[in-house]
Amino acid sequence: MSTQPLDGAQALIKTLDDLGIEYMFGYSGGAAIPIFDALETIKTKLKFVLVRHEQGAVHMADGYARATGKPAAVLVTSGPGAGNTVTGLMTAMMDSVPMIVISGQTVTWMLGKDAFQEADIFGITIPVVKHNYLVKDTNSLPRIAREAYHIATTGRPGPVLIDVPKDVSGAAFTGDLNPPFNLPGYDPSGDFKIDRSAIEEAATLISQAKRPVILAGQGAMIARADKELRYLAETLHAPVTSTLLGKGVFPETHALSLGMLGMHGTAYANKAMIECDLLINVGSRFDDRIIGNPSKFCATAKIIHIDIDPAEMNKMIKPDICIVGDAKAALAALNEHINPLPTADWLSKLDGYKKKYPLTYKKQGGLRMQQVIDELYELTKGEAIVSTDVGQHQMWAAQFYKNSESFHWLSSGGAGTMGFGFPAAIGAQLAHPKKTVISISGDGGFQMTLFELATAQIHKLPIKIVVLNNHYLGMVRQWQELFFENRESGVDLIGNPDFCKLAAAYGIPSVHIKRPADVTRMLEKALAYNDGPILIHAECVKTDNVFPMIPAGAALEDMITEAPKQKMAKPIGST
Amino acid sequence: MNSIITTETPATAAPIRRGALHTLSILVNNEPGVLMRICQVFSRRGFNIDSLVVSEGRNANFSRMTIGISGNPDGLDQIIKQVSKLIDVIHCFEHTSDDSVTKELIMIKIACAEAERSQALHITAHFDGKTVDLTPSSMIVMITGDSPKIDAAVTMFSQFQIIETVRTGKVVMARGEQPT
Ligand SMILES: Cc1ncc(C[n+]2csc(CCOP(=O)(O)OP(=O)(O)O)c2C)c(N)n1
Repeated sequence: MSTQPLDGAQALIKTLDDLGIEYMFGYSGGAAIPIFDALETIKTKLKFVLVRHEQGAVHMADGYARATGKPAAVLVTSGPGAGNTVTGLMTAMMDSVPMIVISGQTVTWMLGKDAFQEADIFGITIPVVKHNYLVKDTNSLPRIAREAYHIATTGRPGPVLIDVPKDVSGAAFTGDLNPPFNLPGYDPSGDFKIDRSAIEEAATLISQAKRPVILAGQGAMIARADKELRYLAETLHAPVTSTLLGKGVFPETHALSLGMLGMHGTAYANKAMIECDLLINVGSRFDDRIIGNPSKFCATAKIIHIDIDPAEMNKMIKPDICIVGDAKAALAALNEHINPLPTADWLSKLDGYKKKYPLTYKKQGGLRMQQVIDELYELTKGEAIVSTDVGQHQMWAAQFYKNSESFHWLSSGGAGTMGFGFPAAIGAQLAHPKKTVISISGDGGFQMTLFELATAQIHKLPIKIVVLNNHYLGMVRQWQELFFENRESGVDLIGNPDFCKLAAAYGIPSVHIKRPADVTRMLEKALAYNDGPILIHAECVKTDNVFPMIPAGAALEDMITEAPKQKMAKPIGST
Repeated sequence: MNSIITTETPATAAPIRRGALHTLSILVNNEPGVLMRICQVFSRRGFNIDSLVVSEGRNANFSRMTIGISGNPDGLDQIIKQVSKLIDVIHCFEHTSDDSVTKELIMIKIACAEAERSQALHITAHFDGKTVDLTPSSMIVMITGDSPKIDAAVTMFSQFQIIETVRTGKVVMARGEQPT
C-alpha cells in the first residue's frame, strides 16, 4: 500500500483493481467526476471504455461477463446517468449476470432534497439488482466494493449497484483497503454441500426411467458443469435440450442434443418434453416460455430439479426431487450413482421426430434471415461468439447457430431487452480480442443502441455487426398476423436509415446483401475483414414467421410447426 | 363533541378484525433500506402487510421484524424464500399459533366524563389494563394480550366515544428454549 494519502474515489478504484476487474465501461457527469479523476491519479490495470449511452455501458459489462463468466464494472453519474442503467441492470438480474455498477450521487447533505441531478437510484434499483448500497462513509468504500464483488459473483450471480455521494468519494480515506466482509445474511459456501439423500433418491428415480430428458439451463454453464453434464447424458444415453441461455453448455452438434426447447424451440425437443417419463433439469428456472401451461408441462414425467437458488424450487413447477446447490457439485455427486439406461427405443423415436420436423427455411422468394444465420454458422464453423437482440432474428439465431461451447451465446432471455446485442458484443470482443464476435440484430433493436458504433470503431473491434432488416418489428408483427387478424399496429419501421451509409458516417465499412445468391460471398468478405468493425446489412423478406411456435401460455401439445390455416385464439400467456 | 375525529374503529361499529393470515419473524441487518427491500417482496406478489413491528435486536447490528401478512397462501412459500434470499436478511420464519406466544399492545383514548369513569375503570380492570392518562373528560387505557382479547376490549370500550386507538400489531416469540 502506498503511503500517499488517498481519497475515497482512489480507494475505490484501487479496490476494484485489486479485485482483478479488467474493464470499466462508463459515462461521466458532475457527481462522478471525483471517481473519473481517480482513474487518472491511481496506477491501475483497469481499462476504461467511454460509451455513448449508459445503457450501452451496462450491456457491455453484461456481454463481457456472459463471454467470460467474470464481472466488469460500470461507472456513471447520478440522476439521469444512473437512471439509464436500469434496463441494463434488469437485463443482467433476470439472466443472473454478475457486474458492479457504480453511480455518482449528489452530496450526502443534499440527499432527499431534490438536488440537481439527484435520483434515489438506491430505491429505484432495489427490484432489479441482487443487492445495492448507498455509501455514507468514505472508509467503508473498500469493504463495500469487496462485498459487492463477492455478492455479484457467488451463489446465483447478479448485478450489484454502489451509489457513491460526491462528498464520500471526495473525502480523505483513512481506513483499511482490505477489510473483512460483513455479510452475516449471505453465505454461499453451502452451495457445494449437496444433500446426499436427495442425490440417492434422484439416482433411484433415474434408474427407473425409460424415456429420460435432460434440460440444461444457464445454471449449468455458470457452474461450469459442462463435463459433468456430458458425462451424465452419455452415461445414461439421455437426450439433452437446452434453454435459450443454456445454449452451448451441451454441444448442440452432439447426437444426443435436441437443441433448444420452448416457445420457438425445436419440435423434437418439445415432443420429448411431452413424452418423457423423467426430466432432469440442471440449472434452469422453468421460465414460462419453456413450460407454457404449467399444469400440463411434462404431465407424465417425474421431475428432478437441480438449482443453486432455493427460491426456484416449486416456483413454477413442483418437482419430485429438489437438489439445491451448485450444478457442478450436484452433478458430480449424482454421476457417482448412475448407470446406462435402455433408451434405444426412445432415442430412435426422437430421431424420427428430428427427421419429420427438421428446422428448415425456403431459399426462394427473397432473402431469409435464417439463411444469413445458417451461412454464418457454416462459415465460422459454429465457433464464433454470437450476440443477439430480441425478436424473430433472435429465435432464428438460436435455432440455426448451433453452439458447442459455453459462453459463446449472448442473448437477453429473461428480460428480452431489445438493444442488448450490439453493446454486449462490444464487451465480448474486448474480452476476447482474437475470437470472431458476431452481433445479430433486427432493424428495430439495432436502432436502440446503434450509437455504440462509435465505441466499437474507436477501439477498432472487429465485430461483425449483422443487421437483419425486415423493415418491421418482426416478432410483434408475427403475433399480430397470427392472433390479431393481421392488423398491423405500430410495427412498420418506415424511416429506417440506410444502414450502410450510417456505418460509413462512423467510418465503418459495410456490405449490403439483397439476394440469397449473394449471401456466401458477402459474408466471406465481411468475415475476412478484421481491421475494425464491419456492418452487414441484409435486406430480408418482410413477413416471414418463426416456427415452430407454442402460443404463450398454451400447452406444449399446442405447438404449431407451420402457418395455421385457421384463425388462432389469442394467447393467454402475457408475452 | 363533533370536533373529535376517530382515526380508527368507529365507536358504534364492531371492531375491524384485521386477522393476519400469517406472521413472519425476520431477523435483518440494522441498515437503512432493509424494510423497503422486504416490502417490495410482499407487494410485488400481492401480499398486504397487516401489521409490522420493528425494533433493534439484543445485538444492535440486527433488527427484528414481526410482520403480519395476508394474501394467497399458495404464494407464502415463495415470499419466505424470496425474503430469505435478500442479502440483509439473516433469517425469515413463519410462526404457527401452536408453537408461539403472540401479544399485542393497544392504547385506547376515550372521551369519558366523571360520571362514566367508574364504568371505564371497571372494563379496564377486567382486561388487566392500565390507565396511562386521565383528564376530567378523557382517559387513555393501555391493554396487552393476544389479538382476540384486544378486539374484545375495543368492543367493550365502544360504549364510550373512542377518540383513537393505537395498536402495535403482533409481537411473536417461539415457545421453548430455541431462539427465533
Ligand atoms: C426495449 C424493448 N422494447 C420492446 C420490446 C418488444 N418487442 C419484442 S420483439 C420486438 C420486435 C423486434 O423487432 P426487430 O428488432 O426489428 O427484430 P425482428 O423481430 O424483426 O427480428 C419488440 C418490439 C422489447 N423486447 N424490448
